[in-house]
Amino acid sequence: MAAVTSPAPAAGAPPGPQAGPGRPASGWSFALREFRFWLTNYRRTWRGSIYSSVLNPVLYLAAIGLGLGTLVDAHGLARLGGVSYLTFLAPGLLAATAMETAIGESTYPVMASVKWLKTYQAASASPLRPADIYRGHLLFITMRLAMNCSIFTAVMAAFGAVRSAWVLAALPVSVLTGLAFAAPIEAWAITVTKDTSFAMIFRFGMIPLFLFSGTFFPISQLPAWVRPVAYATPLWHGVALSRSLSLGTADLSGTLAHLGYLLVLAVIGVAAGARTYRGRLYV
Amino acid sequence: MPDHDVLIRARGLTKKFGSFTAVDAIDFEIRHGEAFGFLGPNGAGKSSTMRMIGCVSPPTSGELSILGLDPVADGPAIRSRLGVVPQEDTLDVELTVRENLLIYGRYFGLSRPVISERTARLLDFVQLTDRAKDQVEPLSGGMKRRLTIARSLINEPEILLLDEPTTGLDPQARHAVWDRLYRLKQQGVTLVLTTHYMDEAEQLCDRLVVMDGGKIAAQGSPRDLIAAYSTPEVLELRFDVAEHEQAAGKLADVPAERMEVLADRILLYLPNGDAALAGVRQLGLEPLTSLVRRSTLEDVFLRLTGRRLED
Repeated sequence: MAAVTSPAPAAGAPPGPQAGPGRPASGWSFALREFRFWLTNYRRTWRGSIYSSVLNPVLYLAAIGLGLGTLVDAHGLARLGGVSYLTFLAPGLLAATAMETAIGESTYPVMASVKWLKTYQAASASPLRPADIYRGHLLFITMRLAMNCSIFTAVMAAFGAVRSAWVLAALPVSVLTGLAFAAPIEAWAITVTKDTSFAMIFRFGMIPLFLFSGTFFPISQLPAWVRPVAYATPLWHGVALSRSLSLGTADLSGTLAHLGYLLVLAVIGVAAGARTYRGRLYV
Repeated sequence: MPDHDVLIRARGLTKKFGSFTAVDAIDFEIRHGEAFGFLGPNGAGKSSTMRMIGCVSPPTSGELSILGLDPVADGPAIRSRLGVVPQEDTLDVELTVRENLLIYGRYFGLSRPVISERTARLLDFVQLTDRAKDQVEPLSGGMKRRLTIARSLINEPEILLLDEPTTGLDPQARHAVWDRLYRLKQQGVTLVLTTHYMDEAEQLCDRLVVMDGGKIAAQGSPRDLIAAYSTPEVLELRFDVAEHEQAAGKLADVPAERMEVLADRILLYLPNGDAALAGVRQLGLEPLTSLVRRSTLEDVFLRLTGRRLED
């Protein structure tokens, strides 16, 4: 029988500063270890996820952008800022896709990790801290956002729905839009004990935002008293920003305001995540 | 025993959940190279104690030092030197056996060549080499447990924490786990385990504490505990249900150090069981079955708490 473990260091050797693996990592290096766990996990399912990432924008842009868009365009383009409905819709859908990806990736997978598979608990027994586990998962969600938004942008371009090279800037912006959702929702999801709470988020959060945040029609079409509600939602900021970049109509102050709003939400989420993960994993 | 041999020291260690006190001011010391057990029924506070040692549960009060470090401030540094086998398997069942070790090795910051080399050795050690490429999901409970043990060794820990390592396993699988743990102990790994199986505690532990209601009821080696709290032999008698109580009354005349009347059996604690059985028959009592056996930790627990371990 070969020795399985190397002889333990001399008993009671002074603990001293720990080299390598044990040293509490500054910043995000421990989070990268959790991120790599998610990558390994994703290797099994990435193909299927790519199919739906391509199929979704194709279906939406074809059915609504082209199909419904033909009818809309027949009424004149003035209210859409002089562009075709497809061109108007596509950047809005890009932001909405980011939201959908973010919410999907930051709800059930969190519950699976802490409650069903207990892989979070497995990671907690290693040097990783709860904040590292939260951040590592968030890095993976960021990667998924980048993938889905890139695919969406490529499909958009293939449909000829792009007016400006600034659309390339809409890509990181939509990733940020996703993070404005994912960071706080991931932080909240670990406190949830029943997955029915997630159904509420989908029904009363995601779907109304999807429909009324300016993705399908300008907010100006809403009754005046509802508009402030739309302005307060992160998706509206993401849609407005993405659209202004795609159409080449962005101005500096508006862009900064939108970016700031989204960034603040993401930062609040990251700060909250360290606390909520600790609260659930260290009992 | 020189002080520097103590790897884990607790003084007045307490864990409360709201108004419930799970661990109530316990003291213990665990030394390098020993197998140390927490024996007690479910709810005794064993798992809460283990979680505090594993640095995933901050103590409410008292002192706890692990490898000379503070579990709250130095959690990552301590955990990098611990191996943990939790009560419930936390394997990623969707991945393969080998991938589970790969992921875990990465958590400890190990390089891929180091992980590969250790994985081969560890899978050989827990006899899962031929399952290396298989998904974890369909493995048997015993195999999953052995894989969890292999995973817990990927960082070559100085201390291995095992929370109920064989609960839910069939006898054969339990023995396979015990055999592996025994080998680890021989290699100098300090084992800390909780169990509510007295045979497991007797097989594996050099020293143990008996826990009940969050407190330590007694501590020592299995042999010392039996010597201190029980008699060399136990006579177990089973009577017809109708005669059970009446027999218990008559047995008071048999010279035993102690008698325990359980629901289904009567236990007499004494130095010589065969002689006592003859005495029982002289009283005109004819038990349905009788058994003379050596005292076990179960008897110690019964004596200390008035209850049985596995109820």
